[in-house]
Amino acid sequence: MFSRDTWQEIFLTIRKNKLRTVLSGFTVSLGILIFVGLVGLTNGLQNTFEYFFSQDATNVMYIFPGRTSMPYKGYKALRQIELENSDLEDIKKDFPMFVEYISPRIFRSALVKYKEESNNYTTIGVDWGQQFAEKTIMMKGRYINQEDVKNRTKNAVIGRLVEQDLFGNMNSMGKYIDVGGSVFKVVGVFQDDGGDNEERQLYIPYTTRQLIEKNTDKIGQIVIGFKEELGYTGAMAFQRSLEKYLKQKKFISPEDNNGFFIRNVADQLKQNQDFAFVLAIIAALVAFGTIIAGIIGISNIMVYVVKERTKEIGIRKAIGATPRSVISVILLESIFITTISGFLGMFIGIALLGTLGDKLMDDYFILNPGIGTGLAVFATLLLIIFGTLAGYVPAKRAARIKPIVALRDE
Amino acid sequence: MIEIKDLHKSYKMGSNSLHVLKGINFNVEDGELVAIMGSSGSGKSTLLNILGMLDEADSGTYVLDGIPIKNLNETKAANYRNKFLGFIFQSFNLINYKTALENVALPLYYQKMPRKQRQEKAMKYLEQVGLKEWSHHLPSELSGGQKQRVAIARAMVAEPKVLLADELTGALDSKTSYEVMELIQNINDQGNTILVVTHEPDIAQMCKRIVHLKDGVIVKDEKVKQVRAKVNV
Repeated sequence: MFSRDTWQEIFLTIRKNKLRTVLSGFTVSLGILIFVGLVGLTNGLQNTFEYFFSQDATNVMYIFPGRTSMPYKGYKALRQIELENSDLEDIKKDFPMFVEYISPRIFRSALVKYKEESNNYTTIGVDWGQQFAEKTIMMKGRYINQEDVKNRTKNAVIGRLVEQDLFGNMNSMGKYIDVGGSVFKVVGVFQDDGGDNEERQLYIPYTTRQLIEKNTDKIGQIVIGFKEELGYTGAMAFQRSLEKYLKQKKFISPEDNNGFFIRNVADQLKQNQDFAFVLAIIAALVAFGTIIAGIIGISNIMVYVVKERTKEIGIRKAIGATPRSVISVILLESIFITTISGFLGMFIGIALLGTLGDKLMDDYFILNPGIGTGLAVFATLLLIIFGTLAGYVPAKRAARIKPIVALRDE
Repeated sequence: MIEIKDLHKSYKMGSNSLHVLKGINFNVEDGELVAIMGSSGSGKSTLLNILGMLDEADSGTYVLDGIPIKNLNETKAANYRNKFLGFIFQSFNLINYKTALENVALPLYYQKMPRKQRQEKAMKYLEQVGLKEWSHHLPSELSGGQKQRVAIARAMVAEPKVLLADELTGALDSKTSYEVMELIQNINDQGNTILVVTHEPDIAQMCKRIVHLKDGVIVKDEKVKQVRAKVNV
């Protein structure tokens, strides 16, 4: 069945029937190409989701103050809720099993000057924990630390682009800059995956910011990093008890959800993962459908091939071809074409995906699309195997054609 | 060589059954050149198909060179056809995408003969039918007579016991027909047994024996004085 002669016979047939070969090969290549492309793009979409969430820590929740919407315990509605230093201490004290770090975030815009260069930047008053929430990477020096917060030092950590803007190619470390009228010493330079905006920020100790603002104890927002081992359910439970706790402390009605907002990154991550998962299932169904369409395509071609070759098969049988040899020639030809064009489609698909990289990132949210080699090979083999099975039926029928029936056409 | 006893064959046509062969008895000796004549519908082609194991009889016995041909499965029939029989058809039935040489070599391929040997032998037979220079041409590049000669070479190449020709001159003009018949006569002179189905009396006269079929029975079986094809050219 696999003798050199058989293959020579098959190659000859393929060479002499180029159109048929190209058509059936094209169907198979296209099927696999679409499969690889679809799975690859879906993976690219998932990569984007992961990329978005990888910029900041995912075991983090943010508390934003709001305005109450109903009166409660003698307080009127529409009361502005403010977070203050004691909230930080209380949360740290009352949720020790949950909290890994906690930091306020006081956003202020300020004109920053160094010698002749100046520009407006966002300054953020923070504690040391903010570094982990934001996944800030230090390029030089250090981040704001506990000593800075305790001693209300005038130290600043500046973004990579702030340094570039103000200092050009010079080193900013240890230099003094004017931040909204106060002089700060640069103790560190950071970079951030979050993009240019995040690298045009400055971090200063929140206590220093409060001192500048007439020694207030208001702190804007709070960011809490909770322990990773809590998992999704633990994080949700922590969020619920924190809400209850803060409502009680700030005299907000238990039914009032406008006093403050909690953005739980773990929850958002979960929702996005669920979304991506559903998307992946839909894509998988469509991709699988493509494979099935490919199999049906091959069967159709096989039926056509057998019909077209009926007379030839009749002649071959009249001069001594056994049913077995008829089947094997037809099947081997089909397997050969399917295998070559299947893998061709697979490699083209993988190569195309490879060249995309992050080109579709901005418009279509597709990043580094790709497909596992195992899955691609599996799909190709699936197409080959089922294509062969589908080809077996017409081949078997061809082998049973009576020579006189096949030759009776005049 | 061929012994046939009480052969019957009928075809089902819907609810009707068409009785085509109604008890055929005849023998063919080694080296004979027999013409089977009859008008269309007389059953001559059916008889040839049964002799060629392309079709099976309903009843009766068929012995080919001492081997009873009965209850053959497809594979066995294919092997017998390959070894014992050579076919020549009215419409040549060459494989159109294979060259003359490849067409002739095909029966040897099914005998699993090595490629080189196969091509040498096919070339020898092509030479015998006078088409050596045309060996690498496709059937579409050959004339009708040349195609039929390729088909004859193909039928001969496996050195079968019997050559079966079905209206082999039906698609050819009379000059070419005589050329082909001359070739057939030469092959017969070498001792090969040949059966020719035809409805043309002049072709039948070129054989050594004529069997007349009418309505499924043999009405006349006569030895004739062979007319050499060369005379007419």
